[in-house]
Amino acid sequence: MSDRAGKTLSERVGALRPNPVVNTGLSLAPFVVAFALAMVVDTVVGPLVGATWTEILLDVGIAILLAGSLNVVNGYAGQFSLGHAGFMLLGGYAAAWLTFYGSMKFFGTWEPVGGFLGSGQLLFLGGCMLGGLVAAVFGVVVGLPSLRLRGDYLAIVTLGFGEIARVLGQITARQPKNVEQVAERSWWDLADNLGGAEGFSQIPNYTRLFFVYLFVFILLILAYRLKYSSKGRALLAVRENEIAAEAMGIDTTRAKVSAFVMSAFFAGIGGALYAHRVGVLKPTELGFQKSIDLVIIVVIGGMGSITGVVLGAAILVILPELFREFSEYRMIAYALALVAVMLLRPQGIMGVKELWETSWWRKGVARLRGGKRGGA
Amino acid sequence: MAMLELDGVDVHYGGIHALRGVSLKVEAGEVVTLIGANGAGKTTTLRAISGLVRPTKGKVRFDGKDLTGVPAHQIVASGLVHAPEGRGIFSNMTVEENLDLGAFLRHDKTAVAKDREHALTLFPRLRERLAQNAGTLSGGEQQMLAIARALLSRPRLLLLDEPSLGLAPQIVATIFKIVRTIAAEGTTILLVEQNAHMALGVASRAYVLEVGEIVLQGPAAQLAKDDKIRKAYLGIHD
Ligand SMILES: Nc1ncnc2c1ncn2[C@@H]1O[C@H](COP(=O)(O)OP(=O)(O)O)[C@@H](O)[C@H]1O
Ligand SMILES: [Mg+2]
Repeated sequence: MSDRAGKTLSERVGALRPNPVVNTGLSLAPFVVAFALAMVVDTVVGPLVGATWTEILLDVGIAILLAGSLNVVNGYAGQFSLGHAGFMLLGGYAAAWLTFYGSMKFFGTWEPVGGFLGSGQLLFLGGCMLGGLVAAVFGVVVGLPSLRLRGDYLAIVTLGFGEIARVLGQITARQPKNVEQVAERSWWDLADNLGGAEGFSQIPNYTRLFFVYLFVFILLILAYRLKYSSKGRALLAVRENEIAAEAMGIDTTRAKVSAFVMSAFFAGIGGALYAHRVGVLKPTELGFQKSIDLVIIVVIGGMGSITGVVLGAAILVILPELFREFSEYRMIAYALALVAVMLLRPQGIMGVKELWETSWWRKGVARLRGGKRGGA
Repeated sequence: MAMLELDGVDVHYGGIHALRGVSLKVEAGEVVTLIGANGAGKTTTLRAISGLVRPTKGKVRFDGKDLTGVPAHQIVASGLVHAPEGRGIFSNMTVEENLDLGAFLRHDKTAVAKDREHALTLFPRLRERLAQNAGTLSGGEQQMLAIARALLSRPRLLLLDEPSLGLAPQIVATIFKIVRTIAAEGTTILLVEQNAHMALGVASRAYVLEVGEIVLQGPAAQLAKDDKIRKAYLGIHD
């Protein structure tokens, strides 16, 4: 009896451990789909809506990327992260370091070079990936110790992390701005030449609709697949009741840390896109206030809802644009809008549901179908 | 060898010394109850077994294997399942989603479907409410869901924490009847209760916990006759 029972323990532990490869659904399909959709946005939607709305769509896309990534931690797993702007800042620095100094060293200018997916843009894509990876590494460093514990440690640790990132950014060394100075220094020497409090400037302006929406669609597809996978269910269970989740056999630490790292990765990419859009990366702009702005988008959209966060990002970026004429009152209008949403819908616009899961969407679809049938 | 064995277990919560040298045994196929007043340390004992708190001293052995330091999610995989106190259900998820999470570690779809069917036969009220949010269930139904969900984790040893808590007497009776059925089907059960009367009725052996220490143990029928137990836990005088 002891023999049989003894085997069962190790066998079952080994055989039933969730397979991470299967669960994260790493396949090429999301990237191909995202590439195609991003091409459509860049070549069709952009020209269609004109220059002003293209600018707004860029901001909306970057906001979706940042809030959508935060949603994985804040929404799915219910862990409050207050340092998302810190990951953005790290990603922005890493990417700007690669593209600015890379451009100076390889192309002899900081201005964008090459056409669509030419050498300059490939360097920029490399910068985005580097930004994501650097942010993800710090995601492990910050997430692992704080997420091993139950409770609100993450909020406090990420708050500290965001502030440290900002302060360290402010005390980095001057940024050499001519080709000779850059050529003299090694990549390693340039690693802390990030412009200090004045910010890292002359970042080549590579961000365009294609790149923003490429990463937006990759994130949305991965977030969607995650939500309806068993790993996503595990995160929602952690959010609901961590002890019960543990009692179901969910490795809660692992679930939380992997969500946090994924979130940091996309925040890093968001920071890279932001830096190459604005052209200047100022640590003071990506402090606590920015982190709070991102939390607000998630809360307004609905914690855990992908379509909610897309809506929230769109609304919170576009609304202030519309109020631009009343410049001094617009922040008040913005604040009032937030209060109104929270009073009317404390769970956010969408709650944890997706657009197609809401009752009015279903009713609308049913009515459309009914109408068609009646007409035929 | 006993299926479950606690050997001199101590648990501290910060400065609070919640368990002192708790030793107990559960043999395969038994129903054993651990009774005690509020705050005696019953929940803490179950948490120490299922890995939700770490003993500061002593050993917990399941199938003869030391569980000290094994994370809770791996303990579940080995067939030791804890239905937490206060139901511990996922109240913003549907009954169905709760049941699915019970089978989180299992990939044998047909066996899961069979167990799910069986659980719903035991608790027909849950079948009618599969699409309902678990938070909107009555207290009794939530307790039924907690047990049904635990069954989907395929326990060999089921830890039940106060299934009668806050429930009306006839619902308690229903739930205890089902606990008996589950035991008869071969699941070993460690039942924690304040309701000593019901607990001593289903269990074959019992332990009495007072302020973190086991003060009495023996066959349930014998403890039910014990004067001290009758006075302290059954509310019977003379
Ligand atoms: N998480 C905790 N932190 C601190 N003290 C706790 C915690 N949980 C339980 N205790 C204390 O440990 C003792 C035993 O509690 P518990 O095991 O819940 O008792 P029971 O389940 O028998 O009512 C009590 O004094 C309680 O206050
Ligand atoms: Mg208790």
